[in-house]
Amino acid sequence: MAYQFDFLSVLDYTDVLLKGIAVTAQLTLTGGVLGVAVAIFGAWARTQGPAWLRAIVGAYVEMIRNTPFLIQLFFIFFGLPSLGVQLPEMVAASLAMVINLGAYSTEIIRAGLAATPRGQFEAGASLAMSPLQVFRHVVLRPALQKIWPALSSQIVIVMLGSAVCSQIAAQDLTYAANFIQGRNFRAFEVYLVSTVIYLLLALLLRQLLRGVGRQLFARRAR
Amino acid sequence: MTPTPSTPLFSKARRALLLGLFASVCVAALPRPAQADTLADITKAGVLRVAVPQDFPPFGSIGADMAPQGLDIDVAALMAKRMGVKLQLVPVSSTNRVPYLQTRKVDLIISSLGKNPEREKVLDFSEAYAPFYNGVFGPADMPVKSAADLAGKTVGVTRGAVEDLELSKIAPANATIKRYEDNNATISAFLSGQVQLIATGNVVAAALIAKHAPKAPETKFLIKNSPCFIGMNKDEPALQAKVNAILAEAKKDGALNSLSIKWLLRPLPAQL
Repeated sequence: MAYQFDFLSVLDYTDVLLKGIAVTAQLTLTGGVLGVAVAIFGAWARTQGPAWLRAIVGAYVEMIRNTPFLIQLFFIFFGLPSLGVQLPEMVAASLAMVINLGAYSTEIIRAGLAATPRGQFEAGASLAMSPLQVFRHVVLRPALQKIWPALSSQIVIVMLGSAVCSQIAAQDLTYAANFIQGRNFRAFEVYLVSTVIYLLLALLLRQLLRGVGRQLFARRAR
Repeated sequence: MTPTPSTPLFSKARRALLLGLFASVCVAALPRPAQADTLADITKAGVLRVAVPQDFPPFGSIGADMAPQGLDIDVAALMAKRMGVKLQLVPVSSTNRVPYLQTRKVDLIISSLGKNPEREKVLDFSEAYAPFYNGVFGPADMPVKSAADLAGKTVGVTRGAVEDLELSKIAPANATIKRYEDNNATISAFLSGQVQLIATGNVVAAALIAKHAPKAPETKFLIKNSPCFIGMNKDEPALQAKVNAILAEAKKDGALNSLSIKWLLRPLPAQL
């Protein structure tokens, strides 16, 4: 007996899927914005910060980049309550994503800073700018422009990685797919639909980031 | 690749493509076997593949020697021995055990499986082989006596399990049900305080009490009395008859009863 496909049974749970998409989008937005903010600070700390800060940020980056995201998530959600820190799942998931994106993006942005010619720093200093002002007004934007494609890719990777947050019952798209599959046992239809939705979300996110890049880096070097 | 003077109508590439298409159509049109006979397949291969739990003591868990152990594993061994074939255990979770059976990665599910109408649409069940009830458990100082008292509280449950399906029906709208992928995550959520109550089987709660967990769960109310059944694919009359015959024999000669005493610490109830 051939398997009888039944995509309509997935449509019965459209509201669950829509809620899942909304939660995935929310996690990505929070994780993306705060993660990049953490990364900019981290990249600055590793290149121009004092030695003790450089060591701390270095340890943070190495620890996060060399451990699985799932373990980081479980530690925050199931482990921290033993130390008295009880976080609801959306907060825990967002925090894990920020920490994770922050570590990987720190290295990406640091690469952009390293590719900035020394002359830029000296030019800024010669205009009586403090190192922080040089960083903020002269060096950061060209550095971001150089690594924008790599940073966009990392943000999309973290968006797809948000699927893992379903493990702590954050009601994202993967949670919705698992929920529907557990009810109607239509694994093929459910996971095909959610794969297509993730694909569309990823393409949309890339377009969005490309647009952001165009807005931020509109000034071309002459 | 339209035909042009330099590329003939039946060029090599186009011939290969057409041959490939024709072959796939032939394969797709092959008559399928009218009815799968899993029992014959099991006897021929000499192996019985059984889906067993790995995260649900005393039905199935991983022992200190990293080997699976539990009531369901012993029942699977009994089945294989009385069918005269070797046993292959396939560890599964509550959420993937039915897909594993549907895609024929396993022949039987012996995984504290409860019977309900949705499952009866896609599976067939044997006679019951072990007692089991689902309930809501929580700390002694939480006043919950029925489903209605769950209003405004958080309950952890394993997704796809019977307690998930039943609780979703009877819980009030403002009770928060958090679904985790397997029993370990659900228990971790309860013990770490991420959920206030837990809906699970009586044996899990008993195990938590026996291990003197910091938050001893006390029974709040019963969700469902749901004995365990063996699951198999639909339209397998030979397999179902054989499984039921072996279970009836094991009940009569006391083999099933001794397994119940070994793992559930009580004899098999009379009505099973």
